[in-house]
Amino acid sequence: MSLGTSFGRSVGASARPVLDLRGVDKSFGPVQVLHGVDLTAYPGEVTALVGDNGAGKTTLVKGIGGVHTFDSGEYLFEGRPVRPRTPRDAAGLGIEVVHQDLALCENLDIVENMFLGRERSNGIALDEAAMEEAARRTLTGLSVRSVGSVRRRVSELSGGQRQTVAIARAVLWDSRVVVLDEPAAALGVAQTQQVLELVRRLADKGLAVVLISHNMNDVFAVSDRIVALYLGRTAAQVRTADVTHRQVVELITSGRTGDLGLPA
Amino acid sequence: MGDAMSTDIPTSKEPGVKLADSDFAADRRDLDVRSAVGDYWLRVRSGDLGAIPAILGLAGLVVLFTALRPETFLSKGNIANLCTQALPVTILAMGLVFVLLLGEIDLSAGVTSGVCAAVMAKLIVDSGQPWYVAVLAAVAIGIVVGAVLGWLVSVVRIPSFVVSLAFFLGLQGVTLRLIGEGGTVPVHDDVIVALANKNMPIWLGWAAAVVCALGYGLSQFLRWQRKRSRGLTGSPVELVAARVAVVAVVLLAGTYLLSRDRAPSPLVTLAGIPWGVPLVAVLLIICTFVLGRTSFGRHIYAVGGNAEAARRAGINVTRIKVSAFMISSALAAISGVVAASRLNSVATDSGGGNTLLYAVGAAVIGGTSLFGGRGRARDAVLGGLVIAIIDNGLGLLGTKAYLNFLITGIVLLLAASIDATARRRRSAAGR
Repeated sequence: MSLGTSFGRSVGASARPVLDLRGVDKSFGPVQVLHGVDLTAYPGEVTALVGDNGAGKTTLVKGIGGVHTFDSGEYLFEGRPVRPRTPRDAAGLGIEVVHQDLALCENLDIVENMFLGRERSNGIALDEAAMEEAARRTLTGLSVRSVGSVRRRVSELSGGQRQTVAIARAVLWDSRVVVLDEPAAALGVAQTQQVLELVRRLADKGLAVVLISHNMNDVFAVSDRIVALYLGRTAAQVRTADVTHRQVVELITSGRTGDLGLPA
Repeated sequence: MGDAMSTDIPTSKEPGVKLADSDFAADRRDLDVRSAVGDYWLRVRSGDLGAIPAILGLAGLVVLFTALRPETFLSKGNIANLCTQALPVTILAMGLVFVLLLGEIDLSAGVTSGVCAAVMAKLIVDSGQPWYVAVLAAVAIGIVVGAVLGWLVSVVRIPSFVVSLAFFLGLQGVTLRLIGEGGTVPVHDDVIVALANKNMPIWLGWAAAVVCALGYGLSQFLRWQRKRSRGLTGSPVELVAARVAVVAVVLLAGTYLLSRDRAPSPLVTLAGIPWGVPLVAVLLIICTFVLGRTSFGRHIYAVGGNAEAARRAGINVTRIKVSAFMISSALAAISGVVAASRLNSVATDSGGGNTLLYAVGAAVIGGTSLFGGRGRARDAVLGGLVIAIIDNGLGLLGTKAYLNFLITGIVLLLAASIDATARRRRSAAGR
């Protein structure tokens, strides 16, 4: 049940996508937010999801995470069509979303937060020892050692450490896909580096990581692929190595750059 | 795990900064007493005060009242009196801890205890029911009141202080209707009266105290051993032993004080632990277990700490809130029964007046936060003793009623200020 079992392979780009959205639409009343969006995420890769405010990133992520369902289009998970209706459903499939506000309880410690809502028990009493061991194993597996003690309260942790705990909680459950919503938005330089390093490590362990970010430096530092949204449409899905900084910015701001992107 | 745990990063993506490779230093190092005490002191300084204010308050008040009333305050009779005086407020406060942990408040807990006591008294006196039927009915009424309160707070989403203020007024009317204007209902049932007025046989008191001390010591030691054998974080054995020793000394010293003959006349003997004390001990053990060692308890802390996070973690927040209010009101009912036992009667104003504020004060003085997410069952016992000593000591001093109100109000404010200040320090410390 540890992270170690299925990861560690170096997965090439030729692998089957674990998450594959094809032409998904989503409307809220009269407002159509997503127009036939495509997004593909491969195991072992970081897929950066970029787009300006209002481009539909959050709506797309909420649909992936089961907060709401897509109106139409295909949602394929490991090749099978799925339709998660709640975050629980998505977690059951192995899809975890780490939201920007992290949703940690500051009055509880790291172990308690990682197992919140899914505690392990011996009869009616909590099995603290098993939870503490599993939490430490997961954190060690992610090479996270900067938190000092797994029994520290979250209120004593820095922003970067909290982000780390939230991410570790997401991968504690044999997840296949982890979606991170702006994990470095409120962090300083050193902490951003630590979190990006962790993001990279998740992918190296074989997870498909979808990373939402506004910061082009971060995107180019860790991602293998970039999906650019423009006004609710997929402007382009490209390999990070094939594009430049400027091209991505143009995709975000105008939906196309040269031959790439939406038709004029 | 071998290569599966490898964390090599492709060179092209190598970020420039390395993680501090401290390898859970705080977990792995063999915790010695000095570092454990150092950690504790650090926690205290960053606003995690625990039981310190209550223990300082207890010591200060005992010194103060002993100095002012040397011949009466620490007399054998008064010590037993203090214990029975603390019983109802402690039980009420223990229930309130559950609600306060959520960050909510139940202003009606006091009058709920009054209504439940009235129901019990009426069942015994008017319908001739046996005591256990009457007590069960009282607790059932308490649970129903708590369920309605909790439903209004968590489903209808009325702020809890408004809901419980409405109940505070309404339930006083119910008590008035049950008891009749200006009247009292006497309670003469032997078992009920014994709770606060009769004592355990001396041998049974000693046996219970020794069993409790040994049981506590054994559970602490086994826990320490289990953690150590699996290499988990825990206190050093010296600190565990010290904690057990303190609890054992308090238990045995209390038993000794209460086992001395305190009858005013040499012709009769009056000694032993009042029956209400083991009742509080049992409630304390149950509540401590529920809050500290079950997932239900964990979820109460989580909802109080961050309700949205708890909801997203799949916790049914409504269910947790309603249950906490039900537990609080059920304990209020038991508190009402004990209060009725102490006065041998239930009156129209039972549970009214300052009952509730005493109980809230007890929980907060004991260390439970008014902001939710922090608190333990034992806070109610420590705080209940502080409140009882203030009440008892002021009675011995013969202070005027108006001064009693003023002083108790100031004590409650003081406890709340300590809570608020500690909370500020905590958030300042959370870099």
